[in-house]
Amino acid sequence: MLEVKNLQVRVEDKEILRGINLTVKPGEVHAIMGPNGSGKSTFARALAGHPGYQVTGGAVSYQGQDLLDMDPDERARAGVFMAFQYPVEIPGVNNAYFLKAALNAKRKQQGLDELDAMDFMILVKQKLKVLHVDESMLMRSVNEGFSGGEKKRNEIFHMAVLEPTLAVLDETDSGLDIDALRVVSDGVNAMRSPERSFIVVTHYQRLLEYIVPDYVHVLADGRIVRSGGRELALELEEKGYAWTEPAGARK
Amino acid sequence: MSPVAERHDPYVAEYGRFTSSRGAAAPAWVKARREQAQNQFAASGFPNTRQEDWRFTNITPIAETEFALASGAFALAPALVAGVNVPGAVRLVIVNGEFAAGLSDLSALPKGLRIASLRDGARDATDGLESHLAKVFKLAAHPFAALNTAFLDDGVAIMVTAGAAVETPVHIVIVTGADLPSQASAKGGGQPVVAHPRVLIVAGENSQVRVAQTFIGTPDSVYFNNAVAEVVVGQGALVQLYTDQRESDQAFHVANIQAHVEARGVFESHAFSTGSRIMRHDIGIGLKGEGADCTMNGVYLADGERLMDTHTSLDHAMPHCTSHEIYKGILAGKSKAVFNGRIIVQLDAQKTDAKQTNRALLLSDDATINSNPQLEIFADDVKCTHGAAVGQLDEEALFYLQARGLTRADARDMLLHAFAGEVLEGLKIPALREQVEANFFTRLRQGYGGQAQPDQGYGAQAPQSMESR
Repeated sequence: MLEVKNLQVRVEDKEILRGINLTVKPGEVHAIMGPNGSGKSTFARALAGHPGYQVTGGAVSYQGQDLLDMDPDERARAGVFMAFQYPVEIPGVNNAYFLKAALNAKRKQQGLDELDAMDFMILVKQKLKVLHVDESMLMRSVNEGFSGGEKKRNEIFHMAVLEPTLAVLDETDSGLDIDALRVVSDGVNAMRSPERSFIVVTHYQRLLEYIVPDYVHVLADGRIVRSGGRELALELEEKGYAWTEPAGARK
Repeated sequence: MSPVAERHDPYVAEYGRFTSSRGAAAPAWVKARREQAQNQFAASGFPNTRQEDWRFTNITPIAETEFALASGAFALAPALVAGVNVPGAVRLVIVNGEFAAGLSDLSALPKGLRIASLRDGARDATDGLESHLAKVFKLAAHPFAALNTAFLDDGVAIMVTAGAAVETPVHIVIVTGADLPSQASAKGGGQPVVAHPRVLIVAGENSQVRVAQTFIGTPDSVYFNNAVAEVVVGQGALVQLYTDQRESDQAFHVANIQAHVEARGVFESHAFSTGSRIMRHDIGIGLKGEGADCTMNGVYLADGERLMDTHTSLDHAMPHCTSHEIYKGILAGKSKAVFNGRIIVQLDAQKTDAKQTNRALLLSDDATINSNPQLEIFADDVKCTHGAAVGQLDEEALFYLQARGLTRADARDMLLHAFAGEVLEGLKIPALREQVEANFFTRLRQGYGGQAQPDQGYGAQAPQSMESR
């Protein structure tokens, strides 16, 4: 599904990622953990194609395609979704209208008929129910005036409607209370399937109690320094991130 | 002789011809007002950039073109009118300043609404035009409106009977231009024309009416449209006036809208402007009675090397009046825009609540805007807010939309629709709104297309440029 080889990324003049290697197979959930400034969110944004993140080396192959060669919208239509750490408020753009345009852009690419307003609403209402999202959110401007929790829920709602093949969740748990965390996690878990993969970027182990990963990777200073199973997250919780730092760095 | 006088000499000569020919039949009071206006214009001449109100708008191309006073219909006019038809509306057509009965459609004329051509209405004392026409604005402050008044001849008057709530919209189509040289008769085929269309709206006590004025002209041709609309909103009356400016890209469009609002009256002005090479709008609203309310909104689109200037003026003369003003501009290419929003709160106008917002999106590095809020407050118990913002499309918002699957062009369109939508949705005549929106967004894409700028990408946001004094 996704093959990341020696990925190096710069933001402005600062080198953030110094060679990431990661293989994600269909159906797998990978957690990326790490302290602040380790490059977690940079990795997520680079996968989504944010123009501020300049790839200076390495390769990323997604379903056999060169992901780095694709524009952000091409990546999205090919099934890559990123849930934003800070969803953007867009005054005047109706949430439902936008989501319908996004879904139809993807359907068109897949050779499917575009959904009309009626069919779209039927689909959307099913998803809303599962996610306990209030219908009024549809009629509001995208993220405008949403609380932090509402924004994150809206991201998961978008994901549920767009049904990506690879979903990257960028610190979706930050700022969520326990109830919201549960709702968001339930939404993600409901979408887990043998064909769909997830990369869950998080600072805290807490989220991984709800979204149980197959693999955990620890990022430090722009590199993956440890990889393991779920137990790695628990170990991290116990010992703290300092434990993951390379031996040389501690001296 | 000073250069100022030279520039308007042709108009003085033209005025002499006009008063002895086409203008000769007018009643004495009309002639007197013309004469007064002509004297005013002859004394002041065309404005220049040394004058505060014209600092950023150089009208030399208008002053130095020799225009011939246009008269009446031309062969292309009916097709142009048909192109902006609004089904179900009362249609009033003004061609080159003259009311065109043959192109107008009064079959939907409802009770409570009286329509007259200004030429006929002025002669018939029953409509009382004499008490309003050329009375709503000050000649000295508006040189172009003075010029219009000097050539005051025809146009339309719309009178709403007290208490009448007119639901049928009134659509005034103001067509200016001449047949293209190939279609024109030998006489006067080549010279650009000037027209001085005139509209008067008088809404009686507690009446209601919606009026739209659509400005169009011969495509790709140079002409000068110098329009004036005067509006009197009676006590407790509601007038919604839409100005839909779709002039030729080569045209000069100068329009003046002046309204007086009596106690508890409501006046709304919504302007949507996409055309003309130089546009100058002067919109002035006087809140003359307690509890009056007004909305003054506009959205304009400039591209190429066009100049769009809006000067608004709000006179809060009485207590407990409210005003809401939102102006938005989208600028591409090397276009320029000027926004000057003046709000005067008089000494007596306690409890005034005035809000003004001016926003502009610069889609290219070469586009510029001069934005100038101008508040003069003499009362002490008032609420006045104003805000001006000039920026570019939000790159983070573009990325967000793109990251969900929209192409960059679609994402940009969506953001621009959202930006303009706030003003466009104020147009409450659905059939006209469809036209205005379609025109707006077609023009927007053309403006972009002509620009062919490479994508600047993230981080290339130019510094915000804006002038505020």
